[in-house]
Amino acid sequence: MRVVFKTSYDRDIDLHEHGLDRGKMLGLVGLMILLPFLVNDYYLAEAANTLIWALAGMGLMIAVGHTGQVSLGHAAFLAIGAYTDAALMNAGVPFLVAFPLAGLLTGLFGAVIAIPAVRMSGIYLAIATLAVFVIVEELILLLEPITGGVSGIAAPSITLFGISFDRYGELHNFYWLILAVVILVTWGYANLMRSPTGRSFLAVRDSEVSARAMGINVTRTRALAFGLSSGVTGLAGALMGHYIGFFNYELFSVFISINLLLVVTIGGLGFIQGAFLGAVLITGMPQVIAILRDGLNASVGVDLGSIPGLDTVLFSVILILFIIFEPTGLYGRWLKIRTWFELFPLARRDMFRRHKTYLKTERMK
Amino acid sequence: MELIQLAVGGVANGCIYGLVALGFVLIYKTSEGVNFAQGDLMMLGAFVALGLGNSAQMGLSFWLAVPLAVCIMFCVGWGVERVVVRRIFGQPQFALVILTIALGFVFRFVAGSIWGYSPLVLETPFNGVNLRFGELVISMADLLTIVITLALTFGLWTFFAHTRIGLAAQAASQNQMAAYIVGIPVMKVNSLIWGLSGAVATVAGVLYATRGAIDPNIGLLGIKAFAAAVIGGLGSLPGALLGGMLIGVVEPIAGRYAPGGIAIMSPYIIMLAVLVTRPGGLFAQIHMKKV
Repeated sequence: MRVVFKTSYDRDIDLHEHGLDRGKMLGLVGLMILLPFLVNDYYLAEAANTLIWALAGMGLMIAVGHTGQVSLGHAAFLAIGAYTDAALMNAGVPFLVAFPLAGLLTGLFGAVIAIPAVRMSGIYLAIATLAVFVIVEELILLLEPITGGVSGIAAPSITLFGISFDRYGELHNFYWLILAVVILVTWGYANLMRSPTGRSFLAVRDSEVSARAMGINVTRTRALAFGLSSGVTGLAGALMGHYIGFFNYELFSVFISINLLLVVTIGGLGFIQGAFLGAVLITGMPQVIAILRDGLNASVGVDLGSIPGLDTVLFSVILILFIIFEPTGLYGRWLKIRTWFELFPLARRDMFRRHKTYLKTERMK
Repeated sequence: MELIQLAVGGVANGCIYGLVALGFVLIYKTSEGVNFAQGDLMMLGAFVALGLGNSAQMGLSFWLAVPLAVCIMFCVGWGVERVVVRRIFGQPQFALVILTIALGFVFRFVAGSIWGYSPLVLETPFNGVNLRFGELVISMADLLTIVITLALTFGLWTFFAHTRIGLAAQAASQNQMAAYIVGIPVMKVNSLIWGLSGAVATVAGVLYATRGAIDPNIGLLGIKAFAAAVIGGLGSLPGALLGGMLIGVVEPIAGRYAPGGIAIMSPYIIMLAVLVTRPGGLFAQIHMKKV
């Protein structure tokens, strides 16, 4: 068992609890940087995809995990980010300007939507975001001169300072670019969560009434959180556009929103690490299913490929099982296991008991 | 005349939205949760009726198949509550949102594996029967939809306003602990209401199926019905019906007279407008407590 003795407040709000954690994180970053030398192009592309999903998951995590605002329409923000970036770059704007601008515009759009929406309580916000998603999807079709309508739009390849970051030609450069964005965002996110702003997010999530009593402007905090959330998702959307290369509105279906929700819920709500674990699961699962399918087909002769929709239903069942048995997600489970080993033999079952609340109506609060 | 014809079709369509919205409201009224699988329950109900009634399947008479389907779906709704939803009793609201979205996909998969993904038509005794009032043509299916919806809404309203179980259900949502203290079996009431919403969804599904072909993806209609429930104010039965009719009437008229794309967006634009101006819906039941 490890005892961390804190001698100053700075120590208390440090990003890492102690030096070993920092070392582990540096090691992980180092490994990710060296990845192009370790694996072949297929797996490198998958890793890039996972990182993009983790970025989008972090975006949703700010809203769902840290501010308690469920959004069913985050695919809309992915779409806005992707289309803004691609349209700007097609108009001749360099990536270095277009990319942050895509994030900024998406964030502004999210905040503008959030200002009326955050006045509503939990469930109504989820519905409003769903409506926004449908409207954005239709707008993409209507704004054909910019978005290419049904036929879609191509995201041009990226060139920075004369170095090509083409998705297919220079995959390792593209991967490093994504990695750099993800590391920067993660770092900013982790720092945000230990600033007064980030703490006010948590306060709003845990109890709106007490947050208000402590002098937090709840509406502004929620709008800010939602704006940040959609901004980060917009960045992920821009990268996703470059990763796919050529896309139309169908890329950003309602299933993407639900997959994103799956990433944050299965990963672990309220933990940045959860977004990464969830992203690994959601991008890794189809591969595992494909391998299992081939294996079953070869050994037993059962052809699972003939059953349509099997992937979706497997995801759904996993989601249901997680909600029922492990609502804290993969990261929560990992914390439990780690605590069990750290405290051995003192860990007790009830240490992590979920607390239940009696429901009171929201209609007369 | 054309406008009236569009409006009549719209009202009948709106009744279906309203019926699915009633299912949302039922569950919201008792457990303050939202069942995002309501549209898929409707789809499943329609397919169960089709499986029992169509001559190519079980071949029962239509008048026997529909009540039987309603009973089966009551059990399905009840069972879903008992087996899955009860496990997250006392957990935050959005857990139910995510859970029911996932359940919806499972329902869709079940229906797709049993009945396939190609559109099927429910055989009814009044297929293609039309009534004429001067220039106005109303199909029997439309008329039946409107009448049954009105009757069902009135029945459910009476259930909530005047029966012991209905009152108990409302009490359970307003303050669960107090409901327990006065002796209401909250969990049993919840199961019953889930069963009831399964039954209502089946009626909606059968009425939907009398008006056209069905496939496992018609459950997506649930999102529109959801807009209807929100416009009326979640928690109000007549509001849900009115919201459904509003959407049902606006949609075909916007499709006829407004530029393309507006018709698809119209339910959501109405909903957002209502949410921004009256966050609790038209029949608002939200009263803010000052702190």
